[in-house]
Amino acid sequence: MRKEDIMSQSGGRFGIHGGQYIPETLMNAVIELEKAYNHYKNDPDFNRELTELLNNYAGRPSLLYYAEKLTKELGGAKIYLKREDLNHTGSHKINNVLGQALLAKKMGKTRLIAETGAGQHGVATATAAALLGMDCVVFMGEEDTKRQALNVYRMRLLGAEVIPVKSGTATLKDAVSEAMREWTSRISDTHYCLGSVMGPHPFPTIVRDFQAVISRESRRQILEKEGRLPDAVIACVGGGSNAIGSFYHYIPDKSVCLIGCEAGGRGIDTFDTAATINTGKLGIFHGMKSYFCQDEYGQIAPVYSISAGLDYPGVGPEHAYLYDTGRAEYVPITDDEAVNAFEYLSRMEGIIPAIESAHAVAYAMKLAPTMDKDKIIIITISGRGDKDCASIARYRGENINE
Amino acid sequence: MSNIAKAFADGKAFIPFITCGDPDLETTAKVVREAVKNGADLVELGIPFSDPTAEGPVIQGANIRALAGGVTTDKVFELVEELRRDVEIPLVFMTYANVVFSYGAEHFMQRCAETGVDGIILPDMPFEEKDEFSEIAEKYGIDMISLIAPTSENRIAMIAKEAKGFIYIVSSLGVTGTRSEITTNIGDIVSVIRENTDVPCAVGFGISNPEQAKKMADFSDGAIVGSAIIRIIEKYGRDSAEYVSEYIKSMKDALK
Repeated sequence: MRKEDIMSQSGGRFGIHGGQYIPETLMNAVIELEKAYNHYKNDPDFNRELTELLNNYAGRPSLLYYAEKLTKELGGAKIYLKREDLNHTGSHKINNVLGQALLAKKMGKTRLIAETGAGQHGVATATAAALLGMDCVVFMGEEDTKRQALNVYRMRLLGAEVIPVKSGTATLKDAVSEAMREWTSRISDTHYCLGSVMGPHPFPTIVRDFQAVISRESRRQILEKEGRLPDAVIACVGGGSNAIGSFYHYIPDKSVCLIGCEAGGRGIDTFDTAATINTGKLGIFHGMKSYFCQDEYGQIAPVYSISAGLDYPGVGPEHAYLYDTGRAEYVPITDDEAVNAFEYLSRMEGIIPAIESAHAVAYAMKLAPTMDKDKIIIITISGRGDKDCASIARYRGENINE
Repeated sequence: MSNIAKAFADGKAFIPFITCGDPDLETTAKVVREAVKNGADLVELGIPFSDPTAEGPVIQGANIRALAGGVTTDKVFELVEELRRDVEIPLVFMTYANVVFSYGAEHFMQRCAETGVDGIILPDMPFEEKDEFSEIAEKYGIDMISLIAPTSENRIAMIAKEAKGFIYIVSSLGVTGTRSEITTNIGDIVSVIRENTDVPCAVGFGISNPEQAKKMADFSDGAIVGSAIIRIIEKYGRDSAEYVSEYIKSMKDALK
């Protein structure tokens, strides 16, 4: 058994991080979830059904695409893109949602609730609920419902109820808080389909396992194409689900650099940032011990990023652990850098990345030219950027109507 | 014996909850003194937190108002110090784990002991995680209050056996806030608690009127009221002491 697996089975700790810091009202719900997950994760029928959904509904395996033009233009390491943007619903979120929705259904739940930032996880949850015949309620910060109006419509089109959250900063963290509150009021028929590798145990482990399909595939694909492992794997980090999925099967391979790109916002020396590992400190919030952006009295800081999906003041506990142990590094990328990368990849490869994923592209643009041509980088394109076009146009001063 | 036991020594306990610094600390001090004068047996003092995930909209609002007014953990300790000049009933903090963690658990519990806080309620720190602070709390004689919920079922005995101070029975699913009806069978929960401990237990979440308070206290050792009081403070602001005073008197009378 892998060291990480042992750890996740002892109270959901990753080093000092993780745990179950939630109201007593929810304790039996997470215990029931853990038991069900431990049963079904080894159940051949469950795994067959999930693989069937992933392959024939979500479109997996996703491509590992050699970005030849980008590689030549940057003039350094060979760059591959792991194309999670090609999944059904347009992002990696569907990987986790199909797993959790199927699990919830096996547990006898009939209703899914979820939080969403950019709307990608909400859309994925609404999609799975439609497919599996479940009710769905999505909590979304009011600010984000404005930034991502199209995704609100998509969720409603799919039959979900979208509840704009007005409390706090009206962004992702408040949507998480509201979804947790809703779960405490209705547990027996409801599964909280958490969208990232965060929250109380067993969520960080469940979501990681379902997202680990990304690196399970990419490892096999790169070995087929190149006959060797990559030198670096780069992914964006908000809560950290696409990043942990991209890293997971490379963790034992010490030669592979694992690099998470945090949302630097207007810069990590300003208050307008969401770069948790770079600017936060250890704390306890949303069910877990991890790093959080907070003030000296532990009040959670209002974070900022151009990306609604990375606009979260915490980071998943396993990332906090990978940072502590030095196994992964975490770099901040500013709004400007991300927007430049968004435009650059669009023009260079004809691939419009989500603004979240553009953070990972931006770092690769700095790193690749410093590496030799025989080196290999894999960037995870966690989602497609159609949803961001209107807001990036506005960022550039263009006035367009969606 | 825990100082908190005093609150339950003389009949059913009435326990008001007040968010410190809503709308300012002077008002909080006045409201606490009025509560004591009108028969409160223990006061729960809320240290505001930016993201109180166990609270409904009313107490969330109080947290936001208090933080906007510049309240900090240090200022709340100063408030307790000032209250302790004449307030003798047990005082218990109610806040979130990160407030204690970021202050430093040792420093926090030490300040509790110095200023005269008897216990602490952390709704986001269940049985499985309480060891994070419990040893340090014990060292300074601060009781960490355990919560038991309608969903606790097979967990009640385990929690009750290690309970200190008093047990907070959460009356209903969901978050804090007034409710027209409480449907949980509190009597059943209390009887399991009684098989496992003599620590007193009080019921909170959703209680707003004297009838509810009496009914809940009939099953247990006391009633806890938060949102209904915060609503009065929200409405009357700096002038709320006299209105809270009337309300507390009516609630305490119902428990006599």
